Amino acid sequence: MIMTMIQAINQALAQEMERDDRIIVLGQDVGRNGGVFRTTEGLFDRFGPERVMDTPLAESAIIGASIGMTALGLRPVPEIQFMGFIYPAFNQIVSHVARLRNRTRGRFTVPLTIRTPYGAGVKALEHHSESTEALFCQIPGLTVVVPSNPYDAKGLLTASLRSDDPVIFLEPTKLYRAEKQEVPEEAYEVPLRRAAVVREGKDLTIIAWGAMIPAARQAAEAAQAEGVGAEIVDLRTLSPMDRETFVASVRKTGRALVVHEAPKTCGLGAEIAATIGESALLSLDAPVLRVTGQDITVPLPKNEGLYYPGPERILRAIRRLMEY
Amino acid sequence: MIELFDPLKGERLRVLDETGGIAPGLDPGLAEAELRTIYERMVRTRAADAKALKLQRQGRLGTYAPSRGHEACQVGLASAMAGDDWFFPYFRDLGMYITLGYPLADYYHLWMGNEAGLRSPDGLNIFPIAIPVGSQIPQAVGAGLAAKYRKLRIAVVTTFGDGATSEGDFHEGLNFAGVFRTPNVFVCLNNQFAISVPRARQTAAATIAQKAVAYGFPGVQVDGNDVLAVYAAAREALGNARDGRGPTLIEAYTYRMGDHTTSDDAARYRSKEEVQEWERRDPILRFRLYLGKKGLWDEAYEKAVQDAAAEFVEKAVAEAEARPTATPEDIFAYTYAAMPPELEAQLADLKAFLEEGRR
Repeated sequence: MIMTMIQAINQALAQEMERDDRIIVLGQDVGRNGGVFRTTEGLFDRFGPERVMDTPLAESAIIGASIGMTALGLRPVPEIQFMGFIYPAFNQIVSHVARLRNRTRGRFTVPLTIRTPYGAGVKALEHHSESTEALFCQIPGLTVVVPSNPYDAKGLLTASLRSDDPVIFLEPTKLYRAEKQEVPEEAYEVPLRRAAVVREGKDLTIIAWGAMIPAARQAAEAAQAEGVGAEIVDLRTLSPMDRETFVASVRKTGRALVVHEAPKTCGLGAEIAATIGESALLSLDAPVLRVTGQDITVPLPKNEGLYYPGPERILRAIRRLMEY
Repeated sequence: MIELFDPLKGERLRVLDETGGIAPGLDPGLAEAELRTIYERMVRTRAADAKALKLQRQGRLGTYAPSRGHEACQVGLASAMAGDDWFFPYFRDLGMYITLGYPLADYYHLWMGNEAGLRSPDGLNIFPIAIPVGSQIPQAVGAGLAAKYRKLRIAVVTTFGDGATSEGDFHEGLNFAGVFRTPNVFVCLNNQFAISVPRARQTAAATIAQKAVAYGFPGVQVDGNDVLAVYAAAREALGNARDGRGPTLIEAYTYRMGDHTTSDDAARYRSKEEVQEWERRDPILRFRLYLGKKGLWDEAYEKAVQDAAAEFVEKAVAEAEARPTATPEDIFAYTYAAMPPELEAQLADLKAFLEEGRR
């Protein structure tokens, strides 16, 4: 069926809830309202208020209660309405979700999937546009996943819901309804911890994820017209990171460009560039470049375009890389 | 009984007075053997606590949070719990652990600095100690929600200090519990101090128990140095939780006789006179006086209890110190269900480094 990312996420949730009664969805407005983006639409009617729980407006307790549910064998799927509101729950995530398996030597695990919309580009209110994925990638024990299309969204979410590790599942709001795609009706997994080469090219490698993938594709098409073949690696799981896939690509192309919406300093681009330096230095024909948000607070909608990396900025970096 | 003591009127449940006299109408009616078991647990707790302090001073155990003065709260509460109830502890709960059957050797092993000691034995429903203050409270509520969902007739207990009641997680957790009427028993061990900051700096409310009123469920303040008062309140609250009558907040009014931890010096912020005043209200002494009046205590019994406690403690120390230290694999293997390649590489690098050192 042709569907949006929202429909794909909704279908993954419904199918896994049908298959596994340990899965409980909880959060603000996930019940009767079906979520502010409608990702949980229909679940309340189908599975009832015990499995699709509208909670008090309290992010720390939403995650904290989810942790407690796992002690009794449940697999909760808490939704934080926007990533900008996840910080009250940061203590629960960093101090408990990420560590429980290790600090109990495997007696307690935390198989929960925290879903949250993230990223800029939709002209939203303040606090609704940040991409702070790197904060979570610094925490051992967490798996951080970002889909870039409806097919991956369904398969990655299904894999996350079946994972025994805690997953932070970041849903790019800009892509929620941006693109429709053929998505299989039956349940399937897109494996976690595996990047994908989504466009082949011989001249340079673009490493990106989420909403930067469509932007990178547009830039790559423009570069193609100039005779430059750009390969694109969609990281998909940001942590633990599939380093082999992009290192192999850079060894082939000799040039690398990392694109992310998050600010430049201490962003994942730094980790990726360092990995390329460690593993593919002698293959490089140019320094690794980054196209990112600047190290500033994401501007309000009127000025968001100044911050947000788009195809033009990516193309400019491609030209620089090729001219080096 | 809980509803007879209105925290908004400053009423406090007390069963035993300081001379060991009992308020007849409030006697929880425990059998003689049960009373003695409670006493023996309290003595063991104090012995195990004193030993931990000694080990810390000898450099055999790390920073430690002593429990002295809290024996009535801990043993009274845990003695009222059933085997399939769940417990979400904080970090000053030794008597809970001893009463619930957590191996003391494991407990020492943890405070000696090894994660393996934090692994509850299978079948024992104890979540690991929460160090970030108050963070265990919403977790206990989640376990309560799960118990409701699975239609289990159990209660979920969580403990915390007076400082934790200022944390957002206290509010968020109790608010959740009220909304969903979860089978929780929240027990605040109000020991008058959060490290050095006195109880008066945590809240302007006259009691902590009265905060329950705003969450829509009962709260009761009990004399935390009276093991029978703690037991009686806990038994009723646990029963209410198991029977679907919702959560309860119990404030156990007590005093931290020791330092906050072995890194603290309480003499900097409280007077000798104040501490001496509380020595007079010692929970073990009070219960001993009660047992004596009932003819359940004499010198010979005391010696037997103390000897058994000492043996229990020494055995646990020997066992904990005989435990192997962790290997590099141990500290890497439990980060994820399956180790990612980057971690495998880092583990291999660490092992190579250690190997080079040996050559």
